[in-house]
Amino acid sequence: MGSTLTSGRASERLVLGLHVVASAVLVTLLGLPVVALVLRVPPGQLLERLRDDALLEALRLSLLTSVFATLAVTLLGLPIAYLLATRTFPGKRLIETMLELPMVLPPTVAGVGLLLAFGRQGLAGATLAAFGLSIPFTTLAVVVAQVFVAAPFFIAATRAGLTEVDQRYLDAAATLRSSPSRTLFRVMLPLAFPSLLAGAAMTWARALGEFGATITFAGNMPGVTQTMPLAVYLALQTDLDAAVAMSVLMLALSVGVLLGIRLVTPRLLPAGPLARSPGR
Amino acid sequence: MKRISAVFLLLLTAVPALGAQTSAAPREITVYAAASLTEAFGELGKLMEQDSLSTRVRYNFAGSQQLAVQLEQGAKADVFASADQRWMDYVRERHLTAGPSKIFAHNRLVVILPKSNPGHVRELQDLARGGVKLVVGAEAVPVGKYTREMFRRLERRPGFPPAYGDSVLANVVSQEENVKSVVAKVQLGEADAGVVYRSDVTPRVAPSVTALEIPDDANVLASYPIAVLAGSADSLAARAFLALLLGPEGRRVLAKHGLTPAETMP
Repeated sequence: MGSTLTSGRASERLVLGLHVVASAVLVTLLGLPVVALVLRVPPGQLLERLRDDALLEALRLSLLTSVFATLAVTLLGLPIAYLLATRTFPGKRLIETMLELPMVLPPTVAGVGLLLAFGRQGLAGATLAAFGLSIPFTTLAVVVAQVFVAAPFFIAATRAGLTEVDQRYLDAAATLRSSPSRTLFRVMLPLAFPSLLAGAAMTWARALGEFGATITFAGNMPGVTQTMPLAVYLALQTDLDAAVAMSVLMLALSVGVLLGIRLVTPRLLPAGPLARSPGR
Repeated sequence: MKRISAVFLLLLTAVPALGAQTSAAPREITVYAAASLTEAFGELGKLMEQDSLSTRVRYNFAGSQQLAVQLEQGAKADVFASADQRWMDYVRERHLTAGPSKIFAHNRLVVILPKSNPGHVRELQDLARGGVKLVVGAEAVPVGKYTREMFRRLERRPGFPPAYGDSVLANVVSQEENVKSVVAKVQLGEADAGVVYRSDVTPRVAPSVTALEIPDDANVLASYPIAVLAGSADSLAARAFLALLLGPEGRRVLAKHGLTPAETMP
């Protein structure tokens, strides 16, 4: 892929130019709001804001719930991704569609759905009440809402990763009389790990940013259900500078984690004959 | 006097319109109004379309605090109607209004319960009982501020325990950012009780809730100020909206939807 800029054809230059322009437009569109946010807050003020109890509560809640949600999604999503990647069964198409639905559903709509399903008067409400569980307005509700909206990302990424595992490795494992579970844990998962990690990262990011379903299903209560996005939204209605400061904080957190994952991933790849080409 | 000046104002705005007549593109104004005004202003909008200026009214209904901040951030609107003076002052202090604001309506609070009454609330004192799930507006929202004031007033009445206000507020499970969200949570049966405006118990809402009245002397009188905005692109139509609202038709519509029209000046 080493076409040089000195290629004789003007049309090639034009195409490259268009690539650059398109990229510049997108980078500006995506980057300018971030830059604007950062520029608005003087660094000193940011550190001072960190002492605000409400902000710390929201931050703690956001981290707690998003991590829990991601763990839950990973534990519950892996089996189903594995089944979808390796087997066919009646109703598979339906299940696939259902699992993708939360991605296209407006979050507030998801919130209403969650209320109608797991709320006190919801379809499962009576059952939950029998177990002494009342979900709305609790921190658990926040986690449930996050799991609902973020699960599809992990399942899709993991399924793709498992499907991409070269059949030859699976055949080799079979000839060595490896059971399906052993093959899964010793061959498939290590090879699919980068996809899994990327899926988990997206899940975490989506869970962290979740707003519509949370405010509808879990409500808004500092210390219990008021996550960072809710706190920012509410602050926006009274104190713009506080809202911006919190936004920058979330930004820093997200960038930190995403960068961290990018840096760590290459090191986690299996080495030797099973190694993938870099840049994958 | 107010009525006469309102009619006079309307006539004044009609004169140039009579000259401009049929060729005009449909006039349109944008009104930022508190969520509790949804039903009343919706009907007023229809009346505006039918009057001589045939103005279309577009609305942005939300918590007054949200509207005020949006206006501050440069949102384009012609009229702002707030549910409390606090947010009108906020907008005025930032030189966003054209002229003084007028109180055009009042409202009162009411406690609503889901019809099934899951919290077994029979009287106001029950709201302080442990475990009752109360949903109210956030402090920054007019209804939220009024709610907290109302509970403090109830506390001072005979028949209410001394720490009533604190106990009730400890039962809050969610602080909504506009009153309609409070209504929704009660309608859905998720909240045991919610504090909203009387006008929020609309014909559509009434079947699913029970209202628990608050004694007048403890209740808060919410006052709604309205003002034309400095950035209005069509202040004529904006003032016509105000004139309609403050006139007999407007007062009728407000009353119909559970609001109390403000006293006309003698």
